[in-house]
Amino acid sequence: MKLIFGVIFQRLALSLVTIFLVSIVIFSSVTLLPGDFAKSILGQSATPETVAAFQRELGLDRPPVERYLEWIGRVAQGDLGDSFASGAGYQRSVAEVIGPRLGNTLFLAAITAVIAVPLALALGVAAALYRNSWFDRTVNATSLSTISFPEFFVAYILMLIFAVNLRLLPSLANVGPETPLDERLVKTLLPAMTLALVIIAHMLRMTRASIIALLASPYVEMARLKGVSRRRVILKHVLPNAWAPIVNIIAFNLAYLIVGVVVVEAVFVYPGVGQLMVDSVQTRDIPVVQGCALIFAATYIFLNLAADVIAIATNPRILHPR
Amino acid sequence: MASNPPPKPGDPVLLDIRDLRIEGESEDVWSPIVKGVSLKVKRGRVLGLIGESGAGKSTIGIAGMGYVRGGCRFTGGEIWFDGVNLRTLNERQLDRMRGNRVSYVAQSAAAAFNPAWRLMDQIVEVALIHGVMNRAEAERRAVELFRKLKLPEPETIGRRYPHQVSGGQLQRAMTAMALAPRPDLVVFDEPTTALDVTTQLDVLAAIKEAIEDEGAAAIYITHDLAVVSQIAHEIMVLRHGETVEWGPTEEIISRPKKPYTQALVSLRAFRKEEAPPAPPAPLLSVEGVTAAYGGAVTVLHDVSLALETGKTLAIVGESGSGKSTMARVVTGLLPPVSGAVRFAGAALPPRLKDRTKDQLRDLQLIYQMPDVAMNPRQTVEEIIGRPLTFYFGTKGAERARRVHQLLDQIELPRALATRLPTELSGGQKQRVCIARALAAKPKLIICDEPTSALDPLVAEGILRLLVGLQREEGLSYLFITHDIATVRAIADEVAVMFKGRVVRSGPLETALAPPFDDYTDLLLKSVPEMTPGWLEGALASRRMEGAGQ
Repeated sequence: MKLIFGVIFQRLALSLVTIFLVSIVIFSSVTLLPGDFAKSILGQSATPETVAAFQRELGLDRPPVERYLEWIGRVAQGDLGDSFASGAGYQRSVAEVIGPRLGNTLFLAAITAVIAVPLALALGVAAALYRNSWFDRTVNATSLSTISFPEFFVAYILMLIFAVNLRLLPSLANVGPETPLDERLVKTLLPAMTLALVIIAHMLRMTRASIIALLASPYVEMARLKGVSRRRVILKHVLPNAWAPIVNIIAFNLAYLIVGVVVVEAVFVYPGVGQLMVDSVQTRDIPVVQGCALIFAATYIFLNLAADVIAIATNPRILHPR
Repeated sequence: MASNPPPKPGDPVLLDIRDLRIEGESEDVWSPIVKGVSLKVKRGRVLGLIGESGAGKSTIGIAGMGYVRGGCRFTGGEIWFDGVNLRTLNERQLDRMRGNRVSYVAQSAAAAFNPAWRLMDQIVEVALIHGVMNRAEAERRAVELFRKLKLPEPETIGRRYPHQVSGGQLQRAMTAMALAPRPDLVVFDEPTTALDVTTQLDVLAAIKEAIEDEGAAAIYITHDLAVVSQIAHEIMVLRHGETVEWGPTEEIISRPKKPYTQALVSLRAFRKEEAPPAPPAPLLSVEGVTAAYGGAVTVLHDVSLALETGKTLAIVGESGSGKSTMARVVTGLLPPVSGAVRFAGAALPPRLKDRTKDQLRDLQLIYQMPDVAMNPRQTVEEIIGRPLTFYFGTKGAERARRVHQLLDQIELPRALATRLPTELSGGQKQRVCIARALAAKPKLIICDEPTSALDPLVAEGILRLLVGLQREEGLSYLFITHDIATVRAIADEVAVMFKGRVVRSGPLETALAPPFDDYTDLLLKSVPEMTPGWLEGALASRRMEGAGQ
């Protein structure tokens, strides 16, 4: 047990270093972005003097290293800074801008995960169990096609079926802070189904492949020769040894639910972080862009860390050393 | 065959396999692996199945449980187990019988135990899924068997995971797992092949005692005639999926009828001819070498060895003795912590990259696994021709001529020059590796277990070739092996290694003759012999020594 905490601590420290490095990359790429906030707000006709004055007010005239140090120093204290889009008397911090949007994103991700992860695992195990049967073939073909279609296409198809033809679900998912939970659930269902279709396919195929890879192990043959049924072999003997790759692909897909769903948000007009970031890039609202990017990076790193820890915790060689 | 009445439940013959035919698939082509084999196992008796790889012995053994591996299929025959033809049962009916009435012990216990489960959970699983015992009874039964099989700490060893116990202990635990539900028949599939020779003796004796005690019948599969002769009542010799000969053990060992069986029995008789005495000409000397991996784990302690021109020095030892590390030091792959290696009168630089091209050329290697020692995409001509070009700049027609000469020397047809390694047999591959070493015109060839992955008859052919080449070319060999019979066949000088030290060295006649040190004695006494009663004798002498200490 001591060993495992040591490993977790080590990974955690490594994650912090990674986030720090990523912050440099984020800051430099945002700085290198052509155009700036002052010009895009003030318009083409602004005089150089007004632009310079505005830049001074926002602190954009100072050298990048100085600006980076100030930014990262405040981030370390939990302060993501103020949005450029705020003015006098209309002060909004980045946290205030991102907060509600992140809440929406996490809500959508959670609904999707609750539908997708158990379904993917069950279907993957079943496909491995009944390998080469009509069930396996159907599951394979379906998952391959949902992976192959672009998500917006899947989204529009679902919208056509459930919103336009059957009129069961609303086609727009424009939730707000005051939307009650039940309405929020109904409105989130279509985007959640779209995302679920995409990630179920990934996770299912990985689950099936990880199990089948282990079916050739001598201990599987041994279990069969002990009279253990095929179902029990897969559930009890193979699955505990297959967790590492499966958990990894789950973590990868959960991260995608948070950082990669901008297209689906756009189709359903869902107010998530992805849409916010795209809008902020357009208006050159640099602090918000940086904040979003940092949150995305942290999500990736944290979920991968969690997957690593689970993989270690399910490996008896590490848990019970000689 | 048709006149045979079907066996009834309770017959003295427990397993009656009739005209068994099994095919295997490779690249969409089905070809026969087992071609009409019939055998009988009586209750409480042990049948030994012996043959080289590809003889179909494992396939036949597990077919006795009504099972074929993936990529194989039954194409004919009947498998009568206690009056029931297993080929007529469905999967569920077979599951009920497997593990319960017929059980299996696999070759590699380390791979055949589930790494994620504690040993006890795996052992009691059989009794639990078949509903023959409850958990407490099953655990008591397992501990009883642990004791019978002489496992250390029988009460608690079941709580460990497979990676926490040694290979010999795992093999015993697997035997306990097979015997736990009191089966009528146990199929042992090379259960001691992966073990060191001193461990093999103990495990073999434990298995023999346990099956006698339990009154179970057994099929014992192995490629080692000496091993099977100690445990089986009857022996069936198999080759290419067919029965060569089948009879009582005594008869097969002392009066084999078929030439193939005779060859197997007389196998270990090969001896190198006595060389005429020559003036001593030291070629290689290892002086006080201490070596460690990662600067921390010391695996060689102050080892000294000497080898003369035209002679063979055999380094014998079990896994972990440091014999392969020795080879790595001599070749420069692992620079020693202290000590020196001298070759042909000059000190060899410890590091490979500091050695001259001539020093590299003088020292060639042959590996245990010829498959992985050759580039699978190069033809035999390219493999053998590469050192010719690298060391001597030989090219074109001249190179092709030399390759043909070398193929003649290793007794392979010249037509093989255009083949890829995958198109060759195991023995042919090893011969190509020898030719590649010869191409460099070396003074010394380091042979790292070159015959231990080969079938016995093929291995003997390789040994004869090596001895012949030594006579013609005046080569010296540093021959690393765990097999005493190989040492007796080819060595002039012997060094016995144990836990990183040379515990005994000298000329063959004196090194492997009494009086012995403790370890060499144990090692020599553990090598299985075909003499009836050898196993019991070896064990008794070991116990007496234990009592005398």
